[in-house]
Amino acid sequence: MGSALEQDRQAGVAAHASRRDAAATPALRIARLSHSYGARPALRDVALTVYPGDFTILLGLNGAGKSTLFSLVTRLYAHRSGSIAIFGAAIDADPATALSRIGVVFQQSTLDLDLTVEQNLRYHAALHGLPRRLTAMRIAVEIERVDLAKRRHDKARQLSGGQRRRVEIARALLHDPKLLLLDEPTVGLDVEGRQFLLDHVRGLCRNDGIGVLWATHLIDEVGADSRVIILHQGKVMAEGSVPEILAATGSTTMREAFDAMTRRSERKP
Amino acid sequence: MTTVPIDETATVAGAVPKLRLAPRHYARALEGIVWREWLRFLGQRGRFFSALVRPLVWLGIFAAGFRFTLGVSIIPPYETYIPYEVYVAPGLAAMIQLFNGMQSSLSMVYDREMGSMRVLLTSPLPRWYLLAAKLLAGVVVSVLQVYAFLAISLLWEVEPPLWGYLAVLPALILSGMMLGALGLLLSSTIRQLENFAGVMNFVIFPMFFASSALYPLWRVQEANLWLWYICEINPFTHAAELIRFALYSQVSWIALAVVVCCLVLFMTLAVLGYDPARGMIARRGGAE
Repeated sequence: MGSALEQDRQAGVAAHASRRDAAATPALRIARLSHSYGARPALRDVALTVYPGDFTILLGLNGAGKSTLFSLVTRLYAHRSGSIAIFGAAIDADPATALSRIGVVFQQSTLDLDLTVEQNLRYHAALHGLPRRLTAMRIAVEIERVDLAKRRHDKARQLSGGQRRRVEIARALLHDPKLLLLDEPTVGLDVEGRQFLLDHVRGLCRNDGIGVLWATHLIDEVGADSRVIILHQGKVMAEGSVPEILAATGSTTMREAFDAMTRRSERKP
Repeated sequence: MTTVPIDETATVAGAVPKLRLAPRHYARALEGIVWREWLRFLGQRGRFFSALVRPLVWLGIFAAGFRFTLGVSIIPPYETYIPYEVYVAPGLAAMIQLFNGMQSSLSMVYDREMGSMRVLLTSPLPRWYLLAAKLLAGVVVSVLQVYAFLAISLLWEVEPPLWGYLAVLPALILSGMMLGALGLLLSSTIRQLENFAGVMNFVIFPMFFASSALYPLWRVQEANLWLWYICEINPFTHAAELIRFALYSQVSWIALAVVVCCLVLFMTLAVLGYDPARGMIARRGGAE
């Protein structure tokens, strides 16, 4: 049992190391990033990296700073300290290049419920400057991948929560980004809906080489192949593969490791 | 706090080439934004009709009662004595745009639109362009409302020359953009204006009543000099006058200058308000 875990750990570390070597440019690189709302600090000296093809989980409780981080990376807010780069393009100096490489699914749904699925997608494609013919092709491909081709002419309002999420993922991928950001995408979904989403997005990493940053507070969404970043009270407590994090905390499960990390920070604020 | 030099991350090997936004990209985005507004308009025809009722109530009831208490002398652009309905119609057209500008700009921020605002602002085009396109899309709908209003007001013998209907189009676009930009500016800076009733009391009614929309300003000047000054500097007065003159195929150059200057000013301030580095959204933490 123990040796199997050890083998797993070594295999995991080796797999991540080789992927990092192969990809010279990180999909997302954040360094020394801090942000506060007035006097209240939301992020403190955050550094993290997402590599192409990696399924990276940003694990943190509600209020840990995950949504703030997403708003800074997508330039809804500007960061005042530190740096954020998407495939080497700094978000503040060259937002157009950086934003063109990002697909994003926000925590709250951003679909226009009064428009049809296809209309929502076409609107997004126009904002990203996709020519009409390419738009039609890309919509056909992405909507098929999330298994909603039959619903494309339905109003978004008529879809279930899980289906809406799938539309949002299809929309986020229309302009062929190589970095996908998802903020608590499974909140409010049933077990089946969650599993579909996790499988679909893992497939995107594996098959399309997309770098994914998946923010969640649900520890069971961490898979064996994930890289994990633990964010607590605005600080990165750990970053690495599952075996690495387990080893660092001497834990056997992610829940133990997470509890250990977050307790430690509460003792030493 | 210090900013880390961009080079630290920008010079990594294999970084993506800098994206140059083509004019076609801008055109596609504008098309998409206007198209979406149009679809929403088609989906909310009820709102369109209720927005038409408001000026028609003014025209059909208020103007009927008021015409006998207020004689309008011959003032430009009119060449004869006119019934009060004819005087007030351009002002009511401007009122449609005032309501529309405030409504669409405020809903942009505070309603469920906040979500679609994120979709808009996380696309690669510069923010000023996206906001201007969004404004223009709102103006398209308000222009349609004005034309519908002008068509119905034929029943009250508001009959400008045929060319006037064409000449008024650029005036409507300019004044609609200006009033929309004002709404955008308010929405980006003043948090208390979250509900529409507040905007009615503190913005729409004062702007509407302290203007030339309902009465010629020479009458105001006779009544109260200070009020006249206020009416004269009120941008809404100039929006109403621009529309009034254009409807009779004339240009009020002062009104045109004021509307254009206000448009540039309000738009600049609104873009600053939505600037991720300076704006209100970042300070208040709107995404939490």
